[in-house]
Amino acid sequence: MDMLIQFAYVISAALFIFGLKQLGSPATARRGNMISSLGMLIAIIAALLDQNIVDFQWIVTGIVIGAIIGGAAARLVQMTAMPEMVALFNGFGGMASLLVGWAALNNDAATFTLVTIILSILIGGVTFTGSMIAYGKLSERIGSGAVLFSGQQIVNSLIVLGILGSSVMFCIEPANHTWLYAVIALSLVFGVMAVIPIGGADMPVVISLLNSYSGLAACAAGFAVNNNILIVAGALVGASGIILTQIMCKAMNRSLSNVLFSGFGSGKVETSAVEGEIRPISVQDAYYILEAASTVVIVPGYGMAVAQAQHVVKELSVLLEKNGAEVSFGIHPVAGRMPGHMNVLLAEADVPYDQLLEMDEINPRMDNVDVAIVIGANDVVNPAARDDESSPIYGMPVINVDQARTVFVLKRSMASGFAGIENPLFYKDNTRMLFGDAKESISGLVKEFA
Amino acid sequence: MVAAEVFLTFILVLSIFLGFELINKVPSTLHTPLMSGANAISGITLVGAIGLAGTGNQDISNWLGAGAVALATINVVGGYLVTDRMLAMFKKKG
Repeated sequence: MDMLIQFAYVISAALFIFGLKQLGSPATARRGNMISSLGMLIAIIAALLDQNIVDFQWIVTGIVIGAIIGGAAARLVQMTAMPEMVALFNGFGGMASLLVGWAALNNDAATFTLVTIILSILIGGVTFTGSMIAYGKLSERIGSGAVLFSGQQIVNSLIVLGILGSSVMFCIEPANHTWLYAVIALSLVFGVMAVIPIGGADMPVVISLLNSYSGLAACAAGFAVNNNILIVAGALVGASGIILTQIMCKAMNRSLSNVLFSGFGSGKVETSAVEGEIRPISVQDAYYILEAASTVVIVPGYGMAVAQAQHVVKELSVLLEKNGAEVSFGIHPVAGRMPGHMNVLLAEADVPYDQLLEMDEINPRMDNVDVAIVIGANDVVNPAARDDESSPIYGMPVINVDQARTVFVLKRSMASGFAGIENPLFYKDNTRMLFGDAKESISGLVKEFA
Repeated sequence: MVAAEVFLTFILVLSIFLGFELINKVPSTLHTPLMSGANAISGITLVGAIGLAGTGNQDISNWLGAGAVALATINVVGGYLVTDRMLAMFKKKG
């Protein structure tokens, strides 16, 4: 029987791998997800066949409760709330690994097992509280800014030393549970401390990283309970999270340690003063320009998500196409609060994915664009990142909307972007500012066309 | 006979390399579904938790295991369903 279970795990590992491969292309992604869920189902059934299980009462209770909560959450969540949803799920995965590591502890465990138990508690705990803080920041239940205080590095170093010390003591005296509780408590505190200094716009990096941790925690739990499938699946998730983290860091031209420790965007940044004047435009005048345009590029940012403007944006793009214009969307990799955030929102509004262009595709065409419409994006279209060496975001790849013939910037007010950096784009000769709520402004344009 | 620890570590290292190869070229359109789909896979902890929750001993390990079963199931069920919901919205033009 045990042999059969192990072979079932091999099959589910193969299905996970195949499923992830298919997730790499939009045409096969949905099937890939189904294949991966089939792999999960096989693994769960195999685990239930284990002959050491004598009592199914708690397993069934746990599965029923979890399935009801998970199913309801997946069905009810709004697409704009997806970043916090992913953060929450990450956190639950981390907590599950912590509990498994803890439960795997018995009195005759070998040192190797003890080390892996500590790792699954540590990574799981950090993932859990880190994700909860990320959830709080993303859902704006707590302030989304970076929290910094003097001596933060010292406090963090002490926590790390405390974790190391307690871990070593735990491995020496596993029977003394004081050290175990110390590791659990310190890991939970460390998760909080690790995420509070990171501001809202850096959330894509944090979510990817926590995603990776939730996989690594499952991996460590796999070592603790001696189970291959946990190790394989956990490692796959860990690797995918690390790759996403790298992509996000590269898109911001910053190193991972800079994102994690610098508290970017917490203070005012000194930048060279911007010359020029702001030119506001009315909805009606914007309509006249758009009506004459033959190529239009829409560049959305987090502001589009906040204003829930994706559906009216889609309406506008359809009307522009009817009017004979070629419409595309330029998506910056870190626009929004998680990797691919804008793509999901626009997909929800029925915008076909082949109309969404990545930064590298859209930039070479910018010279031929009549109108670029920037909706609630700021730092990702800031030309200072390209031209101004003194700018804190110098070197970050941006979408070059300023090279279009005309740029409309939809914005609530003149407040600077998340990073607190002045945006020279607003002062350019070819830029027009359309002030007000993005959704209302675009609805206004839609009405003019209708 | 080589110790089990070595085998497990061997599996770990190969899986990480495989993961890097698999995910390296995912287009940015799919970053969110990839993340939530991978997140669902990390609910594999459920498999480990099931063994711990079914020992029949009314001890702390059993309770912790039961808690882990519930949390990991949220992760698995929620993760797969929400990924499917997202992917159902991705459409090609025409």
